[in-house]
Amino acid sequence: MTTPRPETLAKLTPVLTKRWLSPDAWRIGTYEKLDGYAALRKAIKAHPDDLIQLIKDSGLRGRGGAGFPTGLKWGFIPQGDGKPHYLVVNADEGEPGTCKDLPLMTHDPHSLVEGVIIASYAIRASRAYIYIRGEAVHAARRLRNAVNEAYAKGYLGRNILGSGFDLELVVHSGAGAYICGEETALLDSLEGFRGQPRLRPPFPATHGLYASPTVVNNVGTIASVPYIVLGGADWWKTMGTEKSSGPMIYSLSGRIANPGQYECSMGVTLRELLELAGGMKPGHNLKFWTPGGSSTPLLTAEHLDVPLDFEGVAGAGSILGTTATQIFSDQDCPVYATYRWLEFYHHESCGKCTPCREGNYWMVRVYRRILAGQGTHDDLDTLLDTCDNILGRSFCGLGDGATSSVTSSLKYFKQDYLDYIEGRTAPKLSDKQLVGAH
Amino acid sequence: MTTTVFTDETRARAREIIARYPADRSRSALLPLLHLVQSEEGYVSPAGVAFCAEVLGLNKAQVGAVASFYTMYKRRPTGDWLVSVCTNTMCNVLGGQEVYDTLAEHLGVGHDETTGDGKITLEHAECLAACDYGPVMTVNYDFFDGVDPQSAVGLVDELRAGGRPTPSRGARLCTLKEMSIQLAGFADEREGAVADGVPGEPSLRGLRLAQQHGISVPGYDPNTPIRGDKPAPATPAKAAPTGSTAPDVPAPDRKSPQVRTAETRQPDAKTAVPDAPGTKLPVDGVPPAPRDAQAAEAAGVTANPPAGDAKPAGDDAEAQERNLREAESTGRSGGQGSANDKGAQK
Repeated sequence: MTTPRPETLAKLTPVLTKRWLSPDAWRIGTYEKLDGYAALRKAIKAHPDDLIQLIKDSGLRGRGGAGFPTGLKWGFIPQGDGKPHYLVVNADEGEPGTCKDLPLMTHDPHSLVEGVIIASYAIRASRAYIYIRGEAVHAARRLRNAVNEAYAKGYLGRNILGSGFDLELVVHSGAGAYICGEETALLDSLEGFRGQPRLRPPFPATHGLYASPTVVNNVGTIASVPYIVLGGADWWKTMGTEKSSGPMIYSLSGRIANPGQYECSMGVTLRELLELAGGMKPGHNLKFWTPGGSSTPLLTAEHLDVPLDFEGVAGAGSILGTTATQIFSDQDCPVYATYRWLEFYHHESCGKCTPCREGNYWMVRVYRRILAGQGTHDDLDTLLDTCDNILGRSFCGLGDGATSSVTSSLKYFKQDYLDYIEGRTAPKLSDKQLVGAH
Repeated sequence: MTTTVFTDETRARAREIIARYPADRSRSALLPLLHLVQSEEGYVSPAGVAFCAEVLGLNKAQVGAVASFYTMYKRRPTGDWLVSVCTNTMCNVLGGQEVYDTLAEHLGVGHDETTGDGKITLEHAECLAACDYGPVMTVNYDFFDGVDPQSAVGLVDELRAGGRPTPSRGARLCTLKEMSIQLAGFADEREGAVADGVPGEPSLRGLRLAQQHGISVPGYDPNTPIRGDKPAPATPAKAAPTGSTAPDVPAPDRKSPQVRTAETRQPDAKTAVPDAPGTKLPVDGVPPAPRDAQAAEAAGVTANPPAGDAKPAGDDAEAQERNLREAESTGRSGGQGSANDKGAQK
């Protein structure tokens, strides 16, 4: 493997991932030796408003996909309203391709717990929840252990570090529903209902959990907070770009030599990431990739130099999402890949909104027909028409996300569809597989 | 219908779960409680649904509606080992589909089905958030990375022979029932289980590169002051307390489930929620239900075993074929609905 060039290596910014190299960092003793809970001691001496201002100054944006400015979100919580406030951490990692939060919670759970305490202090919440994906059992084991350790040390519970601030933190396991990664569906699920999204407004900032002011943040967002408190907003902004500050964990998977987690300065390009990851696997050439999970429109080899920050990817017609970079080669079929993603959206649609529930159901069937060599040219129009009727016509982003790979694959790889329809590509699905895969 | 009587230990655990949430928000305990009943029975049975309804003051329909929404609540008995193979796009193209197909053939079961010896339940899973280790499968949700058809078959054979293969990065295996206790929010009691598992190389790749080349982010000073001239409040301004008294089992009050739900959802509602007819519990005890209602319920329960395939009713090939056949014969007989004695097309 060739060594990446120094200017490419300089894009690496090990911050949130750094403790993963210490095998015992999930224990509170080791964590404390590695700057652990120093940020809490510092933050709890400051005024909560100054902490919100600090996060605003840092330019931190949400790591869960939407990139909303975190400080602004915290600032929306009405203060002095006499209502209970809540912090809810979205640890329901499930976007296809995304695999950054699970290792963080497994190898460095205390950084999340510390971030939760600081954020709760800033927004004046006395209860916080971490809603963790049910299947993430080992991460949950470590996280529950970390919470118990933090209680025992007085970092959680009553009168934290003698400040008079109280906080109860509960780790709440989900039960296998992708939709619960959507913040309002997550809140419904946490209230003990089916996880179905709510119409907004009102937003969670005023009517969130139990109809009270609530901040919902991603794991990566909250785990960033202690570093900003320690190093300061100016240091944080030395990483990333002007509008997308800080480091970001890029999750590379697929047809590359060394898939894995690469924490880099925001705005790194896929060309640079591929250089860090040892390039494509031998015999594979880049054909298409997702910049941030399956809900973000596909990009191609012509987008190798797009800066992977919120603005850069938007400029290329896609979304940065969760920086889950799934890389496919000329040996992978974009039609089949899209079909498999649609099976996922069909399965995970909560059924609340008709366009998403019905649209995905029928699009899956159109794809099966195309892949079985029985598609028609009209099917392509049907797909685009269906997407038109889903996009923007459902409560939440699941429906929108489902259309991303359909419209983008039709945009860049229409020929691959036509090859199935006109019989130049051998059918990928047999008639047998046409009958209910789910 | 099962007549499970939940153990005192389960009841004590239920109280502990409910105490985690604000007193007037006990419904938040429903997901962990469903994991809890699954830990005793291996699936969410009608008795499990009734138990959750009883301790939360909900009705069974409300609990059943939630239980049937989530994939991890199983609706018929499962094996000790839930084997989930990721067949979402990335793992799929890397070989996950072959792994799943091979296992299905080897075990002789399909999706969400259990082997005859009651040991293994197979399912294909959506993205398990380990794409850099793909193709992956899990046993009771702990990961086995980079599997192929041969290693997967070896793994399930070892499980069936009574072995406990070691997951790639998680803790040593426990049974699905034991895992469900952890999912209900209780610590893994096994000595050293939390410490099990080492980070996989893909998680560390970026870090190793940085380490090899001596790269860190410059300018980091943990003593950077937080700007602002306001001193920390002596006692931080607090939002209203959320209450933490633990209600006992059963539900703390006698509100009807509909009213409780409406109050949880719309605490600020100006209009009082009218009680739904037939659900109001009188203050002085539960009146005996009319005999015909009990008989009807028993008949309904007998006639409707819980769906086990996690599919909506009618969404199976047999039902589709039947509908098609009926539609065809209806068409031939001039649309007079002669084939509709089963009531399929009312």
